[in-house]
Amino acid sequence: MSTTTEQPSPTFDFSETPRVSFSQLVSVELRKTVDTSAGKWLVSAVLALTAAVIVLYFAIADDDQLVFEEFLGFAASPQGFLLPVLGVLLVTSEWSQRTAIVTFALAPSRTKVIGAKIVAALLMAFLAFAGAIAVAAVATAAAGRNDGFSDVTVATFVLFLGLQLLNVLQGVAYGLILLNTPAAIVAFFVLPTASSIVFTSVSSLSDLAPWLDITTAQSPLVNGDFSLTGEQLGQIGVTALIWIVLPFVAGWFRVMRAEIK
Amino acid sequence: MINVKNLSRTYGGYAAVDDISFTCRPGRVTGFLGPNGAGKTTAMRMMVGLTTPTHGETTIGGYHYHDIVNPGRHVGVLLDASAQHAGRTGREILMVGAKTMGLPTTRVDEMLAMVSLTESEAKRKLRNYSLGMKQRLGIAHALLGDPAVLILDEPANGLDPAGIRWMRDLLKGYARRGGTVLLSSHLLNEVELVADELILIGRGRIVAQGDLKSLSSLDSADSALVTPVDRDALVAALRQEGHEATPEGEGLRVSASPREVSRVSVQHGLLLNDLRSGAKGLEDLFLELTSPVQRESAPSPDSLAAVSTSKEMSR
Ligand SMILES: Nc1ncnc2c1ncn2[C@@H]1O[C@H](COP(=O)(O)OP(=O)(O)OP(=O)(O)O)[C@@H](O)[C@H]1O
Ligand SMILES: [Mg+2]
Repeated sequence: MSTTTEQPSPTFDFSETPRVSFSQLVSVELRKTVDTSAGKWLVSAVLALTAAVIVLYFAIADDDQLVFEEFLGFAASPQGFLLPVLGVLLVTSEWSQRTAIVTFALAPSRTKVIGAKIVAALLMAFLAFAGAIAVAAVATAAAGRNDGFSDVTVATFVLFLGLQLLNVLQGVAYGLILLNTPAAIVAFFVLPTASSIVFTSVSSLSDLAPWLDITTAQSPLVNGDFSLTGEQLGQIGVTALIWIVLPFVAGWFRVMRAEIK
Repeated sequence: MINVKNLSRTYGGYAAVDDISFTCRPGRVTGFLGPNGAGKTTAMRMMVGLTTPTHGETTIGGYHYHDIVNPGRHVGVLLDASAQHAGRTGREILMVGAKTMGLPTTRVDEMLAMVSLTESEAKRKLRNYSLGMKQRLGIAHALLGDPAVLILDEPANGLDPAGIRWMRDLLKGYARRGGTVLLSSHLLNEVELVADELILIGRGRIVAQGDLKSLSSLDSADSALVTPVDRDALVAALRQEGHEATPEGEGLRVSASPREVSRVSVQHGLLLNDLRSGAKGLEDLFLELTSPVQRESAPSPDSLAAVSTSKEMSR
């Protein structure tokens, strides 16, 4: 309209406006993981399964296996496959539930929002891990063996935690690249398994397996063997690059450019 | 307050929004009117940075949307009331918004009360909300941060008559307090009563814009509808004064202003049962301006006049 030149439009004054801080976004994302039916289900499932797994382990394990490391491995296994689903949902539900429209209208910086989601996912994983440690410690004490804690080292914690964090990041990465809940969850569970079937059944590939197949590379950790060689650490790093970092970067760029529908 | 400059967006060669420019001013409600698929939603999405324009830009309060600090505190946006997590309660949806903007919890309760969502309704999950409840929640969400500008995409969609009136009063009051409102609709009579200015969009292009009065006057041809007591006598009298009268319904359509018809009837001592303006309503004008069929066939003189007027106005 011709009035633009006649009447300069008033300008916003930001001097009194509090900024949306990153930590605020992180706490909002944490809130969003547990304030929906799906989120509550997932968290209750992790808690219930952890309890069930520990009880089961007490029932079936030999007496000399009732030590902290073994308990920790079992206590952390339900979250090992459920937390990545939480990581997936953190990203994909914005698209499948179309809340992205609202989220990005209130916080237009996509870098900050996705960053907050990643930090929130990692915090959840950290929290769950701390919970698993507590459960394992109680179970070990309850088992009452003298040597229950004797093999515990700092490396045990660090590597185990690292594994959990990588797992959740993998979920986030697949969420970012697919932006679709079922597709990302299927990709998370099926692709690594398919790869590991290929690498174990084709004998000519078996030398390459630890370098390319994430399941093979991580198998020492999953089996509770925390004294890794440099080569094994390298293999974990390389497979993480292929299976987690690359999809993550591709997904990141996808989300930064995507039209928010 | 909202300044849209040459905004365009094409999808694979198809121009969803084609070079639109307009301004929304504080204290006024601007209606963004167009038929389905005209490009209203696409334009609004571009204004708030959810869709990247192919061309052009929008500033709100002098800033690009991305540069607005804590945008929820300055611009209230409602693009799609059902675009919320179905598994979240109404209250929690507002809580998430409030926490993002850094607002106290009390603000959530205030807003719930304002849009008349009861405590028990606020505790229900969004998937159990009726269309109208979602719309009210969406309005509450848009108003959370006490913004100076409102951008609402079809806010009246799904509201019952009482709800529509409530919305109308709300937006009018908001504008009276100095707020800037842009709201879209594809129903003229929905915005007619609330909007101070109208922007008519069809097929991605603005076909006319201005306040209600100037838009109505786009239909400049004088015309009156008259129901005389003695039909033949009035036809004769009008013909004598040089006016054409054609039968329409129970009465006549005369190509002269109602004032002129009244003058003729008084001069000739003829009684009238009814006399009113025969000018086309905004509704007809709207349909004519935005209908794709109309623009594919030869344009009528009326619509040509309107289009040139709109160009004049946007200059
Ligand atoms: N991502 C997209 N890809 C292709 N075409 C699109 C896309 N988004 C919108 N369009 C097209 O752009 C046109 C304008 O759509 P838009 O949603 O802006 O219309 P609208 O005026 O909001 O209609 P309604 O009144 O029905 O809500 C439509 O033809 C639509 O199909
Ligand atoms: Mg629309």
